Amino acid sequence: MRYAMAVDTKKCVGCADCVVACQTENNVPIGYCRDWIVEVTDGTYPQLEIEIRSERCNHCDNSPCVRCCPTGASHYVEGGIVKVTPHECIGCGACITSCPYDARYGHPDGYVDKCTFCDHRIQDGLQPACVSVCPTKCMYFGDLDDANSEVSKVLKKRKFKTLIPQAGTKPQVYYLI
Amino acid sequence: MAQKRRDFIKISSLSAAGLIFGAQQLSSATKINSKSKLGDFGPLDTLRTPTYCEVCFWKCAGWVYKDKEGNIKKVVGNDDDPNCNGRLCPRGTGGVGMYHDEDRLKSPLIRVTGKDGKQTFREASWDEALDLIAKKLKAVQSKYGGESLALFSHGSGGSFLKPILKGMGSNNFPAPSYAQCKGPREVAFSTTFGEALHSPEPTDIRDTRCLVLIGSHIGENMHNGQVQEMSDAIDKGAAIITVDPRFSTAASKSKFWLPIKPSTDIALLLTWIHEIIENEWYDKNYVEKYTYGFEQLKAHVKNYTPEWAYGITTIKPHVIRETAREMANASPAVIIHPGRHTTWYGDDTQRLRAVAILNALLGSWGRRGGFYIPDFTSVPSFPSAPFPKAEWTWRDAIEEGKYPLSGSDLSNGVIEASLPTAPEDKRVRAWVVNGTNLPMTMPDTKTTVEAMKALEFLVVIDTMPMEITGYADVVLPECTYLERYDALRILPGRFPTIALRMPATEPKYNSKPDSWIAKELSKKLGLDQYFQWETAEEMLDWQLKQVGSSLEEMKRIGVKQLPRAFGEPYFSEHSEPEFFTNTGKIELYSTSLAAAGFDPLPKYTPHMEPPEGYYHLNYGRTPQHTFSRTANNPNLTDLKDENAVWVNPKVAKQWGLTNGQPIYLENQDGVVTDFPIKIRVTERIRFDSVYMVHGFGHNNKKLSRAFGKGASDSQLITRVLVDPVMGGTGMRGNFVTFRFEKESEVTS
Ligand code: SF4
Ligand code: SF4
Ligand code: SF4
Repeated sequence: MRYAMAVDTKKCVGCADCVVACQTENNVPIGYCRDWIVEVTDGTYPQLEIEIRSERCNHCDNSPCVRCCPTGASHYVEGGIVKVTPHECIGCGACITSCPYDARYGHPDGYVDKCTFCDHRIQDGLQPACVSVCPTKCMYFGDLDDANSEVSKVLKKRKFKTLIPQAGTKPQVYYLI
Repeated sequence: MAQKRRDFIKISSLSAAGLIFGAQQLSSATKINSKSKLGDFGPLDTLRTPTYCEVCFWKCAGWVYKDKEGNIKKVVGNDDDPNCNGRLCPRGTGGVGMYHDEDRLKSPLIRVTGKDGKQTFREASWDEALDLIAKKLKAVQSKYGGESLALFSHGSGGSFLKPILKGMGSNNFPAPSYAQCKGPREVAFSTTFGEALHSPEPTDIRDTRCLVLIGSHIGENMHNGQVQEMSDAIDKGAAIITVDPRFSTAASKSKFWLPIKPSTDIALLLTWIHEIIENEWYDKNYVEKYTYGFEQLKAHVKNYTPEWAYGITTIKPHVIRETAREMANASPAVIIHPGRHTTWYGDDTQRLRAVAILNALLGSWGRRGGFYIPDFTSVPSFPSAPFPKAEWTWRDAIEEGKYPLSGSDLSNGVIEASLPTAPEDKRVRAWVVNGTNLPMTMPDTKTTVEAMKALEFLVVIDTMPMEITGYADVVLPECTYLERYDALRILPGRFPTIALRMPATEPKYNSKPDSWIAKELSKKLGLDQYFQWETAEEMLDWQLKQVGSSLEEMKRIGVKQLPRAFGEPYFSEHSEPEFFTNTGKIELYSTSLAAAGFDPLPKYTPHMEPPEGYYHLNYGRTPQHTFSRTANNPNLTDLKDENAVWVNPKVAKQWGLTNGQPIYLENQDGVVTDFPIKIRVTERIRFDSVYMVHGFGHNNKKLSRAFGKGASDSQLITRVLVDPVMGGTGMRGNFVTFRFEKESEVTS
């Protein structure tokens, strides 16, 4: 089992619905977020291009954040999901520094928090909150080991990229381009 | 300065008790947040109740979930609702913020004048506030007739308040969704196809092969079903053509972006019509069978060549040709989208006529991938006594025969009828305003304020201390949509649907639902005959039973699809569609416009250009906000809490402007924004234009997150180009320049 996500930059409109849905689903305090939007404009008027990406933790196969965590609070669970156990976390912030994607934040309650791929929803047979709310249906989630999962199918069909591949983290969030 | 009868009051005199109550609510909410551990809740162990969203007027049906403590946690779309297909937009998802907003109106307020002559609000009980309203409305009614009352509403509460005013003899029910928004396209499509578009508009985007957007920015404008279907269309390889002076999000998803010179859209449309006729790309069968006036149209557009349009629109002739061909290739699965906010330059009905004609030529009306034939349904109203007939309306107070084709009450018309210049015996004297922040909704804030000051009585019913509350004699705190029953949502669509909104929780603070407010007021006014139900539940259950459902069923399912009553959603070889126009055909040449003395075929008229150093003021939407009404929502301001003014790098260089620099904008009439707005230097805008998102720059301090954030475009829209056909208020004829300083900042 290898959970992964694909985000279609050709369909995403950058509305940030995924951000609000994550905040309300996961009690992310106002002023913080587990997912966010990046918009890159290229070219000069009138020859322009925009790429819009909904970004979050990449649940890297080779994650520096898990490696550097002194207490073991950052760990892998089934399907390669990277999680933080709040009561084991001492809030040292080593993981925040080690993540090349700035995917983690310090929760005001003193621990580090980040995207969980909504594993509590996956267990109930649901999609992550961001995936299920997206009005453009531009996100695909599932098991890469299953050739019939939405994410496997779309990655077979489309060109894609990952972010900062040179960091060697083997990110598992793919961007369709 | 002489004491005005109605000074603007910031709601600042809330007693300390009110504020402490708010603070307690807030801290208890925070505690609950921090107590609940991550992951200790799941969708299955929460309670859900149905609602339909009130954050914009797409009205998506959804479910409100509460956590174990009974706190509203999230709102999620209803899978069975065709408006949202289980996915709310960011505003709908963030709708919980409306409930949690600690700046909400908390108690009825009554305007009082102190010994020093200073006017303030004091808190009052519901009983006292409603008594006062009843007394004042009756006084106005007996002095000037019930006709002199008006109800402005934009949202669901209006349906409960309407019988009060109707019962008193009024027939003035304006909503800004008409003359400030959809009106021109409704008239244009009615005069062409015999039918208005309504909401949701019957654009069959999901199956289209070519979608043409003219100044409509789906994706930033989050009307949910359209955004979803545009994405489906992209998936299926549809070509999008976006005409916009700005490289909008939609433009970035388009095959063609036509950065048109502002105000020249009709020239482009006429040229597309010319190309399609000259090249015989139109749907010949369809045109022959269903339309009227083709020969007149053909002669009319004869000289509108791409070369002619190039000089006007700055769009290269070959691009005009290619895009015309693209549309024709997709025909009839093509949509020249009518847009929604269509009040731009005062010739808007004519521009939308050109849009309608183009669709007709390509045979898209009534065809898959074009416009489907929507199916409507109606639900009987709860029995009520017949209403008295109004002897006159706002129309009698304004110049005779003005705006002959307006199909609805005009907000600007009612405002005009309320000014001291309106005739003594036909002047509107009192307003009830529900969920409509007129100073920011209406262009030309000054006139709106003048009208409000001239009124004998003004009641504002809202959830938030919006700017308009400052002009009210009585302010009533309405509870949010998450805390109330409302009228049923009854919508047309591929299938008609009904949806229920029920309270997920008790109203917070001392707020009340409109159903309760109207019912109580009816008792005090002796209008019981129009309110024969005791509770909203009783009324809804009765209504639902008339259509084979019940309140109990709707509480369980939230939304219900009803079967189509009138056949297929598309024309077929054998269908004989009826068109409700004078000729019974699709009128390319409009006989009703001709009869009313207007151009039967659309013409291009040049509009004013910005003077040296000024730029076209374009405004639009951001996905996270609805007009000015969400600007204080904690969840949504967290995503976006101010607007910026988009400036082309060439312009920025010329003025020495840098990204993020705060600047004031001044319009052609010398009006300067209350607050500075930050510069956004971007290639995504023409050099003759600037752009800003509408709805920011609030000047009421009680909106703690919205006050002073960004600037208000409404303030800058002082030149209003009124559409003579239907009275729409064209707002795009304004120009702005940059001002680095302002003598005095707004501090109050
Ligand atoms: S909800 Fe979907 S369309 Fe909106 S920003 Fe997120 S990924 Fe993009
Ligand atoms: S994105 Fe950052 S936080 Fe997430 S697994 Fe990779 S390194 Fe760790
Ligand atoms: S489009 Fe968004 S704001 Fe409008 S009704 Fe739907 S969810 Fe609510």
